[in-house]
Order: sequence, then structure tokens, then C-alpha cells
Amino acid sequence: MDFDLSSEQSLLKETVDRWVADTYGTLAQIEASRKAPLGFSEAAWLQLADLGLLALPFSEADGGFGGGPTETLVAMEALGRGLVPEPYFASVVLGGAAIRLAASSDQRQRLIPSLIDGSLRLAFAHGERQARYDLADVATTARGIDGGFVLEGQKSVVLNADTAGMLVVSARTAGGQRDRAGISLFLVPTDASGVSLHSYGTHDGGRAADITLSGVHVPQDALLGTEDEAFAVISRIIAGAIAALSAEAVGIMEALNALTVDYLKTRKQFGVPIGTFQVLQHRAVDMLVALEQARSMELYAAMMAEAEDPVARDLAMSAAKVQINRSARFVAQQAVQLHGGIGMTMEYLGAHYFRRLTMIEMMFGDTPHHLRVVADAGGLA
Amino acid sequence: MDLSFTPEETAFREEVRTFFRTEIPAYIRAKVSEGRPLARQDYVTSQRILNTKGWAVPHWPLEHGGQPWTPIQRYIFTEELMQAAVPLPLQFNCYMIGPVIAAFGSSEQKRRFLPRIANLDDWWCQGFSEPGAGSDLASLKTRAVRDGDEYIVDGQKTWTTLGQYADWIFCLVRTDPDAKKQAGISFLLIDMKSPGITVRPIITIDGRHEVNEIFFDAVRVPVENLVGEENRGWDYAKFLLANERTGIARIGLSKERIARIKRLARTTSAGQGCMWDDMDFRSRVASVEIDLKALEITQMRVVAAQAKRSDGKPDPASSILKIRGSELQQATTELLLELAGPNALIGAASGDLRNDLNAEFDWVDAAAPTYFNTRKVSIYGGSNEIQHNVIAKAILGL
Repeated sequence: MDFDLSSEQSLLKETVDRWVADTYGTLAQIEASRKAPLGFSEAAWLQLADLGLLALPFSEADGGFGGGPTETLVAMEALGRGLVPEPYFASVVLGGAAIRLAASSDQRQRLIPSLIDGSLRLAFAHGERQARYDLADVATTARGIDGGFVLEGQKSVVLNADTAGMLVVSARTAGGQRDRAGISLFLVPTDASGVSLHSYGTHDGGRAADITLSGVHVPQDALLGTEDEAFAVISRIIAGAIAALSAEAVGIMEALNALTVDYLKTRKQFGVPIGTFQVLQHRAVDMLVALEQARSMELYAAMMAEAEDPVARDLAMSAAKVQINRSARFVAQQAVQLHGGIGMTMEYLGAHYFRRLTMIEMMFGDTPHHLRVVADAGGLA
Repeated sequence: MDLSFTPEETAFREEVRTFFRTEIPAYIRAKVSEGRPLARQDYVTSQRILNTKGWAVPHWPLEHGGQPWTPIQRYIFTEELMQAAVPLPLQFNCYMIGPVIAAFGSSEQKRRFLPRIANLDDWWCQGFSEPGAGSDLASLKTRAVRDGDEYIVDGQKTWTTLGQYADWIFCLVRTDPDAKKQAGISFLLIDMKSPGITVRPIITIDGRHEVNEIFFDAVRVPVENLVGEENRGWDYAKFLLANERTGIARIGLSKERIARIKRLARTTSAGQGCMWDDMDFRSRVASVEIDLKALEITQMRVVAAQAKRSDGKPDPASSILKIRGSELQQATTELLLELAGPNALIGAASGDLRNDLNAEFDWVDAAAPTYFNTRKVSIYGGSNEIQHNVIAKAILGL
């Protein structure tokens, strides 16, 4: 049992913490990047490449850093704290996992160098409007034709699709709409004929798109992994995504709690700092308790994200997401409450944390969803 | 970062688990599991089995019978003990007065008391709280006046858990009425057979006799029963209370109760099936289990941090364990109550009724008392509100 980072991990943490503090230490810096044409800063994206962060999840054999869930945890905590607008989660955590877990060696050689140098970004086009949190609910189809496939269907809330060069699209090659078997993954260039994007801003300052695939032809080598058997890969991608979002949420909650405690110490009413009032002190303590419980499950999620047994893994991820969601909601709400009026304004960093925590809560399973998963499984032990 | 146990730790867990489940009598463990009161002899029997093995006081200094275990081993030991529904070695003996005497007592006190404390030859109780001194413990009024080789003690203590069984009581008494609050307090060991001591039972909300009031009327205590120095008692009390707080989360106990609730839910009829088919109930069980999992890891983080610290001082994070641990203990008893449903009304079943209750229902009469009694856990050991104050000051700097 050891909760310490290795010396390499500590070095990574120092690097990314310093970059985030320099690049996104203020709300003005964050908003400047959000207002850029891409919705983020191309320059900052290339800095992430220079720092090696874009190489994090790829194996050393593929030219990557060989990082696992703990390295991603370290990076995501810091990126969360900075509300970093660059599409790290969409492209590296989600898209990168699809490549890492499913790509053939030809595909890896073709894609990974440009993913690592920042010239190619990915988006993970899996979710569909009717599917909610059911990972097997895929109505989009891929019909085999001579030399390739034709894709038809719609994908929704595809994070950072409009700035991705390549989409990782899930589509049904066999079976019924909610069958686990019969799903396949495809690499589809975003500018391929028949792909149309309806892009929009998300409530956390990011970007996403709903995508229509209409007679999209892709060659045979666009197939990512084994035909009909992508569900296992998708589950692993999502397990890693939940672990990464858990870390991001913890990074945000930690920053939000610090912001709140600082406010309690400096804001004066009735002639004294409001932090002298016991009712507010106790609320701040409850926020700390929520943060520490979330941190424990963040560590648990990182430990279990790549567990061999998919049943144990997914149960752990559900348990983790329940705790993260609950803590995120509590911390976010209380932070706004303790700040009073200023907490309600977009001028204040805390409000942006609130919005991002809420969106994290709604991604890849809300609390009722994951609680139901754990209950269906008969609990944790 | 690695949250798993080493092979040595896993082997250790198997060893203690097997011991608890084979050596501690099943009838005692059943009482603990079902939330029924233990007889004095049950505590003695269980603790002497542990003591014979050398496991009653593993956290004590080695020269007084402790084990050379790591904090992680101690954690495993306590968790497995609770999950096996073995009674905890008597808290007042093993976690309170024993460590205090080992740390601050005279060599004569150590020789005289420690072996008997470990073996539960002497049953100790705690004389801290008074009617006017609860969370504000330092405002205690019981006084001890020096008279030659003796102190004369007058006053009243309360909430004295299992004082009805006790041979000795360790007391905080005021020896300097003129000093400021904490400065005038001393730590005295008092024989319960001394003339002038009266024990009055207090029947608690669960209808049981667990705590007492103790009255001291000109009780004569030899000065050799003073621990450490006169007027330094508050320091020793703080040491004791910090010991009390570690391990107070009782995660193993909550896990044992959840496991039992899940077993019972499968045999408790509801509608066409059983309570375990009720997804709403199951979801609330799952919810508590998730909270417990998080707290278990939080506890391991505190233990791992402790293992690295050399000062041995308690971590203020242990206040988090107290708060969440007590809340979750209470949550498990609420689930138990809901599982019993209307049968929760059945008062202590005995005689014919007990015989009538079939195996499916023989636990229901203990559900409500367990729920009632467990309200205490957010009050004792420093109320949860006091723990909030501790964290606000020590961690948040408010």
C-alpha cells in the first residue's frame, strides 16, 4: 500500500502544474483561449506536445511516454485546476485510448507520430441521442461493401469534433440496436464526404458537435480493432475516461475549496471575516470531507481503470463515479453559496468551476445511472 | 502508487481472519453481529483468548506486550476483528488507560496495572465527562484535595460506559481550583471498591443499561495512584483522546453489518419475493457501500501517512474518519431498521415468542435498539460538531 507518486510521476506533476499555473493561472487567460477561433489556443496545444503530455498514454515502443492511469491522473488534476480549454480529454484520453487499445501496428505507425506532435487531433464519436448512458446502444450502422464500409447514422455530443482531423466512430456491423456484440470502431476523417457537423459551445466553455453520417465511405483499413467486437474496447475507453474525469473533478474541487476558504478569510461582514462564523466553518469542513472522499475514489478509479476483470473494473468505475458526482455537486453548490452574490457571476473563476463540475457529473453516467449499476450487481462486496 | 496489500500483508490478514473465526466462540460473535448486549464474561472470555495469543494490546509498546506490527498490519488486524464480529478488546483498558500508563505512569504503576489491564483481570472505566462538562471537558468540577498521603475526591462523573462492571476508574479531577481551566487538572486512578463511591445506572434510549453516573463522596485515593505529575492531567487526557479517535471510523463494523443486511434481505419476505428484490432498498444499500469504500480508502491513506510519520502524532484527518465513520455506522442501522419494517416494533422477544419467531425473523427485535444505540457514535469521542471545529482550525486555518 503506497499512495506516493514515483519520482518520475512527481516530475511530471511539477512540469504540468507549472505549465498550468503559467498558462492558465487567471480567468482572463482561460477566456482568451476560449475566444480563439478554435475554441482553444493552438499555441498552448503545441506546448502540451512539447511537454510530452500528448504522448502520455502511448507505449514507448510507439514513441510515447508509456504512462498509465496514474500519469493521466496527475495530468488531469492539473488541467482541471486550470480549466484548460485545449481538447486533452477528447483527443488524448478518449481518442488516444481507442488508438492505444485497438489500432493495428500499421494504424499506430500512421497516426501516433502526428498525435504526439500535435498535428492530428481525434474525437470519439460514440454517443447517440437515444442511448443516454448505455454504451451498447448504437444505432449508427456500417455496411460492408467491396473494399470497405458505408456508415449511416447520427452521433451526439462529440467532444471537440470540429477541431479534430479524425473521428473514431462506433457503428453497428451486426446485431440489434442495444446488443453488446456487433459493434465496430472506424477511423473517419472529419472532412470525409457525407460527414456533417453541427457544432456548438458546451456549458463548460468547451465545444462539441452532433454529427450526421450519410453514406460515408471508408476503406477496409479504417476498421479499428476487430469487427463486431468493439464493445470491450469501448468499455475500456470509458473506464479510463471516468478515471480521468474523476481526477479532473478532484483537481477542480481542490482549487474551488481553496478559493472558498480564502474568501472566508478575507471577506468581511459585520466587521469580521465571515470565516469566523461557525456555521460557515462547518460548511467548509463538509466540503473538505467531500473532497477527501472523492480523492479516495479518484485513486481507486485509477487503480481499477485497467483491471483485468471487466466486471470488477466496471463496478469500481461506477462506484467511483457515484462518489465523484456527489462530491462534485456538493462542493460546487456550497462554494457558490459561501461566496454569495459574487459566486453567481461569470466574472468569478468559481462559477466556471461550478459549470465544469456540473458537466463532468453529467458525462459518462450520472449518479442515478451508476448507483443503479452497482445495485443491479448486488453491491460492492 | 499501489493500493493493494503486499503478499506478507495478505498472509497476515488470512492468519488473523482464521484465528478470529476459529478461536473466538461463535456465540459471542453472534451477539456482536446481532447487536445484542454482551455479558461481562463475554468480554473477558474473548479478550483473554486474544491476550493468550499476544493480540489483546498489539499497539502497546513492545516491552508491555505490544507487537512489532506496522500501522498497516494494525489496520488489517482491527478491520478483520470487526468484520469477524469479535468484540473489540475493552476500549477503556486497551486503548485508553493502558497506553496512558505505558507512556506516563510510574514504573510501579506499569508493573502493577499493565498486565492486568491487558488480560482484563481489572475492568476499567472512564471518569471524564460530568453533568456540566461534555464537549467543554476542561470545565470539569470534580475536585481532589491533598490530605497527607491521600487525595480526597468529591464530585460526580457521568456517561460512564459499563461502569457497572468496573474494578477501577481513571478520572480527571481538579487539583488546583485557582489555575486556568486545563492547568489545574490531574489524572487519578481510583479503586471502585473505595468507600464513598456510588454507581447509579442510566438507562439509555435503547432501553439498556450501558452507562452510569458515578458519585464520589469524600473518596480517599492514595497519592501513588496519581498518573504523572499533578496538574498535568490535561496533557495525558489529550493523548488518550487522540488514541480514541484513531480507528473510531469502525469501517469493519459497518461492513460486517452491511454484509449481514444483504444476507437477511434475501430471507426477508416482501411482496412476491424478498427485500433484496426491492431495487429501491438495494440501491440504498449500494449507496452506503460506496460511501464506505471511499472511507476505507481514506482510512488507508491516513494509515499510510501515519506509517511514514515519525512523530506518532495523530493526523487531524482522523477527524474526517470520525465524522464519516459515525455517519455511516448510523446509516447501516437505519437500513437494518427499514429491513425489519413493521416487525421492528417487536420488543425484546423472550420465552414463547422467541421460540415462535422462526429463523427468518429472530433478529428483528434487536434492529430498533441497534438503531437507537448507534445515535451515540456521532456524540461520543468528541462530537461530530467538535470534529468540525478541529478540522476548521487545524486543517483549514479558519
